[in-house]
Amino acid sequence: MKYLSEFRDGAAARALAREIRETATQRWPIMEVCGGQTHSIIRNGIDQLLPDAIELIHGPGCPVCVTPLELIDRALAIAARPGVIFCSFGDMLRVPGSAKDLFRVKSEGGDVRVVYSPLDAVALARRHPDREVVFFGIGFETTAPANAMAVHLAKREGLRNFSMLVSHVLVPPAIAAIMSAPRNRVRAFLAAGHVCCVMGFWQYPPLAARHGAPIVVTGFEPLDILEGIRRAVRQLEAGQATVENAYERAVTFDGNRPAQALLEEVFETTDRAWRGIGVIPQSGWRLREAYRDFDAEVRFDVGGIAADESPLCHAGEVLQGNLKPNECPAFGNACTPRTPLGATMVSSEGACAAYHNYGRLHQLQRA
Amino acid sequence: MTTAAHIDADAWTCPLPLRDSPAIVMGHGGGGKLSAELVEHLFLPAFDDPTLAQLADAAVFAPPAGRLAMTTDSFVVRPLFFPGGSIGDLAVNGTVNDLAMVGATPLCLTAAFILEEGLPMATLAGVVARMRDAARRAGVRIVAGDTKVVDRGHGDGCYITTAGIGVVPDGRSLSPAAARPGDAVLVSGTLGDHGTAILSVREGLEFETVIASDCAPLHGLAAALLAAAPGTRVMRDATRGGAAAVLSEIAGQSRVGVVLEEARIPVRPAVQGACELLGLDPLFVANEGKFVAIVPAEEADAALAALRADPLGADAARIGRVVADHPGMLVARTPIGMTRVVPLPIGEQLPRIC
Amino acid sequence: MCLGVPGKVVEIFPESGTRMGIVDFAGIRKQVCLAYLPDIEVGDYTIVHVGFAITRIDEASAQETLRTFRELGLLEEEFGEEARTPEACPSPAAWREPAP
Repeated sequence: MKYLSEFRDGAAARALAREIRETATQRWPIMEVCGGQTHSIIRNGIDQLLPDAIELIHGPGCPVCVTPLELIDRALAIAARPGVIFCSFGDMLRVPGSAKDLFRVKSEGGDVRVVYSPLDAVALARRHPDREVVFFGIGFETTAPANAMAVHLAKREGLRNFSMLVSHVLVPPAIAAIMSAPRNRVRAFLAAGHVCCVMGFWQYPPLAARHGAPIVVTGFEPLDILEGIRRAVRQLEAGQATVENAYERAVTFDGNRPAQALLEEVFETTDRAWRGIGVIPQSGWRLREAYRDFDAEVRFDVGGIAADESPLCHAGEVLQGNLKPNECPAFGNACTPRTPLGATMVSSEGACAAYHNYGRLHQLQRA
Repeated sequence: MTTAAHIDADAWTCPLPLRDSPAIVMGHGGGGKLSAELVEHLFLPAFDDPTLAQLADAAVFAPPAGRLAMTTDSFVVRPLFFPGGSIGDLAVNGTVNDLAMVGATPLCLTAAFILEEGLPMATLAGVVARMRDAARRAGVRIVAGDTKVVDRGHGDGCYITTAGIGVVPDGRSLSPAAARPGDAVLVSGTLGDHGTAILSVREGLEFETVIASDCAPLHGLAAALLAAAPGTRVMRDATRGGAAAVLSEIAGQSRVGVVLEEARIPVRPAVQGACELLGLDPLFVANEGKFVAIVPAEEADAALAALRADPLGADAARIGRVVADHPGMLVARTPIGMTRVVPLPIGEQLPRIC
Repeated sequence: MCLGVPGKVVEIFPESGTRMGIVDFAGIRKQVCLAYLPDIEVGDYTIVHVGFAITRIDEASAQETLRTFRELGLLEEEFGEEARTPEACPSPAAWREPAP
């Protein structure tokens, strides 16, 4: 596939890994923020290719993993309502709430549908004027423009039976929170390439300067990730802390202005609870007053939700990079992909799931 | 076989008694006059089999020489008709293929239907016509059947269960526990076609391009493989869970490791594109006309040549090898040359945004 | 968080006042919302996430990056560790993993 397959070339990957190996003179912990990058790293074996000097710490860039437990429980309650068509991206279907997940709600009779795009949910609302169509609007800034357009179109067309359960989270506040954490070990960040397609990277220079950490806008294919790491290491070795764009073919400094304009119209910043981490101030988006009619949390009174996180789950520590999945006491016994305690074991790019699946070979090879 | 997504209702004309019921009603499963009419005017003419036409409680025939193979499968696909196939094609080919995978020549099938009240008669006729065509193509007879009807809302229109009997020649023994380190892993063609085809006609995932299912009978291809590579250890059709599922099972049962070379796995560009878009791995996507085969290394070239000589095996490829390391585990060499574990998903693979 | 796939815009059309298009991904075509790329044209490449085109791929930049990677790769094959390219499968005895 054009502009995809070429960035998976083995010889170039080895060359980049060698350059990284020859440049690094000490151990550097680097965080890749985006869950999609984590997925690519594990799935392609990029961390196996890297020298030991590079420690990749997987960041909280998995909207599935960080959607607050309370919101999952609200989603489950809405999805169970008769007459509701609950639409969601596939990723959310197995995320455990306090007691169950969307898959179970579906098996118990809820009309839960996987959609590829929020526009598909809008189309359902047009086709079924007698049903309440609710879309689970999760995601980072990459997905927000799509969700914004869906609500915008619903309002424009007067689709009174459409609403959205919003849980948008923002990357720069998360990076700032990680950088400021007392136990932070991360020395450089690979910024999320597709988030930056939308938002640009004008938000990052103050962060890099304040904390003395290089931030490299990085793509997702193996060569993109290796190049991002290479540039980060080069800066670290030189004592630099600037923002670089290693995903030049897709990202510009300003980002996508038309998208940002609609985001500004539809959403406003709010404090947001990140599952396993806690509340990060001004780290989320919610629907503005003008769009509040389409807010599913307002439309569906699902009060009385008492969210119960499993006391055994350490997903938060993992998400902040303080704990490796295999260091968690529940890892592999109480918590497995089949019986996940937290979202990091469910999500395709959750660090715990990746370690569980990938780690077995490593252990076998060491034995 | 047509590849249209529509049933060819024109090719079937409804004899008078059935014309009175444009749709299936509870009575069609009741064993009375309505049931009899359905059998006499729809099933019997389509399947055109002398044993079936006797309408006894069971089909009776002399056992053939050799060992018997027997299998069953149920088919619940939605939608009933999709590009490249239908539930009818699957019902015949699925069971034919299970028999073929153990080295049997398929002989005959039974077909049991669970129909939903309200299913249009023309739809059922279309399904049955496809079964007739698939059975002819596969050279099998449908010798016994049954029909039940359930209340509206209790079935996706039509569920079918087929059971099949075949004959395995003496001396032939294939087993998923027979793989040995050093063996070659072959696949009979491109992976991921069927599952992607089904997804592509599901609401919300439609593509502008048609991806066709690969639904096909594999006994001819399997026989050609066994003739060229008599030492073949095992063949498995890669249906639910895809090639990864069956290779994982073989690795487990044979207590060996399997190493795949990702770059060698044949995937149609459009299927690759669809999988990238939805975040799916073709290794886990269902196929209905492909199988994996484990053959001794020295027979691999002959095996490949035999597969490729058949139109259904034109894209056959050698995709990996069996090793003594990491028993029970399936691993893959990634495009950048690293090795990753291929984990089985817990349930169905879902499209993802991350 | 960001499964974005590159594809080629092959058709553009308005739909109820919204700019839509057909994008081709190696032969598979999907309807995509182009509202956020008012200047994109047929023939351009874009990255699509959940049915929306979010950026136009700068092909000159992409080719430049690829050229650099290609050169690195060629150098690696010539002077780096013995490259393992998956040619016709060698016999099992010769089939060893590359040195880490």
